[in-house]
Amino acid sequence: MSGVFTKAMARNIFYGGSVFFFLLFLALTFDTERELPNRDNRAELTESAKAGKHIWETRNCIGCHTLLGEGAYFAPELGNVYERRGPEFIKAWIQAQPTGAPGRRQMPQFHLTDEELDELVAFFKYTNGINTANWPPNIEG
Amino acid sequence: MQYKSQAVAMPYFIAAIGLFVGQIIFGLIMGLQYIIGDFLFPAIPFNIARMVHTNLLIVWLLFGFMGAAYYMVPEEAETELASPKLALGLFWIFLVAGALTIVGYLLVPYETLAEMTGNNILATMGREFLEQPLITKVGIVVVVLGFLFNISLTVLKGRKTAVSMVLLLGLWGLAIFFLFSFYNPDNLVRDKFYWWWVVHLWVEGVWELIMAALLAFVLIKVTGVDREVIEKWLYVIITLALVTGIIGTGHHYFWIGAPEYWQWWGSIFSALEPLPFFAMTVFAFNMVNRRRREHPNKAAVLWALGTGVMAFLGAGVWGFLHTLAPVNYFTHGSQITAAHGHMAFYGAYVMVVLTIISYAMPILRGRAANPERAQVLEMWAFWLMTVGMVFITLFLTAAGILQVWLQRVSDTPMSYMATQDQLMLFYWMREWAGVMFFVGLLCYLVSFFVKGGTATPARA
Repeated sequence: MSGVFTKAMARNIFYGGSVFFFLLFLALTFDTERELPNRDNRAELTESAKAGKHIWETRNCIGCHTLLGEGAYFAPELGNVYERRGPEFIKAWIQAQPTGAPGRRQMPQFHLTDEELDELVAFFKYTNGINTANWPPNIEG
Repeated sequence: MQYKSQAVAMPYFIAAIGLFVGQIIFGLIMGLQYIIGDFLFPAIPFNIARMVHTNLLIVWLLFGFMGAAYYMVPEEAETELASPKLALGLFWIFLVAGALTIVGYLLVPYETLAEMTGNNILATMGREFLEQPLITKVGIVVVVLGFLFNISLTVLKGRKTAVSMVLLLGLWGLAIFFLFSFYNPDNLVRDKFYWWWVVHLWVEGVWELIMAALLAFVLIKVTGVDREVIEKWLYVIITLALVTGIIGTGHHYFWIGAPEYWQWWGSIFSALEPLPFFAMTVFAFNMVNRRRREHPNKAAVLWALGTGVMAFLGAGVWGFLHTLAPVNYFTHGSQITAAHGHMAFYGAYVMVVLTIISYAMPILRGRAANPERAQVLEMWAFWLMTVGMVFITLFLTAAGILQVWLQRVSDTPMSYMATQDQLMLFYWMREWAGVMFFVGLLCYLVSFFVKGGTATPARA
């Protein structure tokens, strides 16, 4: 921090650097949007899967579970649950909650209809098909 | 206090501390739920407790930032706040809206809350940290815009310093990036991609500007070092923050369906993200060493030094630990993430807000610094909370390493729940470290009420 390097220079580097890297970020975002159709499994993003996402959100599932590794760390990863457990197990499991096993973590009962359960499963099926660069490392999530 | 209108900061600080207490109580509840799974079920399921814990954190930090701005901006601009009445009105709106939201989380089933509050018109709820009902989100925007209007006007009519410009830039950035919380595409990959424009560009972007401005302000006041020197540092720090942090967003794009080149961009730039925090630490110690006065508020100086160090450890070192894509492949979404999150938020944002409160609160109460005994207790609080948080982080890291090994690295991977059973020892230790943190917080509360000794009279 010698006298040669002034506050005005520091300020200019800040503004210049920030604008440059933000523009670079926008460019990468633009390219990402271009690439996404090849990766994000939008073919399986059916009306049913969309409704399933809405159920996922309005029951605050992310408050316990992770989905593609993001969320809370209290309950299993569900991004690949479709592959790990299969549709019938998922539906039966949700309907059987809470287990009431003493001292064990409990999942609330959400009283989902058969149609809602199918929608949630469609959402998990869609999620399972997203190209996540081979994450998670194994089926256990 | 130099300007009458700075007094509006006081209710903001008090609310911030009150909500902080609530946050920690819910943290302790969740810590226990990790061990005794059905604790308080079904009255307070884990997901509700977590939402309360994280949302209280966000709201009380926002109270802290706003209080800080109301305190700092008149002094920096050398003029009274444009409208103290607006500031006070917005305070009550924000407090009532925040309280109603938390009560709603606790008393109304989440799906009912969503229906009641317009989530079917525009679905924004049920995403981590952005769980607030639509009307609360709109309320946040209204309050923040009113707040920005107020302080921007104050800056415009007065002296424009680097500190207030950087603070304003950070706060405007906060408001602008929050708007992405209203964007929730059905496509999960795009949902996640832009969700980070709120979460990452807040905490690893514009919030760092706010933090650096707060720290610079307090350092100017307590060290008496020439403003030119401090403001030059300020620009260097925030340059490092944004140059590394913006592209560093890429470290969240490794495994959510985004193109794989993000593994390179994200790894390289986020590996540099510790630099601004390292610079903040060096900056704080340097300025305090070169101080030209002995400020009577020793506690505030301690917080200012502490926030640099802890932000560097929590955000910098613990962030770097798991930010490189080949490492993150195994650690993503594990207790290691939780460990990092705790220390980073505490070190960077909790501590910097406590720094400005520690500096400003005595002045708002008519003295340059608190009595000796109150300061000693506050410093006990500093150490108990900080050491408590270090232990929370270490135990969660240990839990995380074991979890990653058993569940993801081992040749015979265990299921998630079977793995959790193996982590109980560390969860117990984390909970006790949390109790230590809470004791520190209680000391902190009590320190505001300690009288006696000789308070340093306010200058001027």
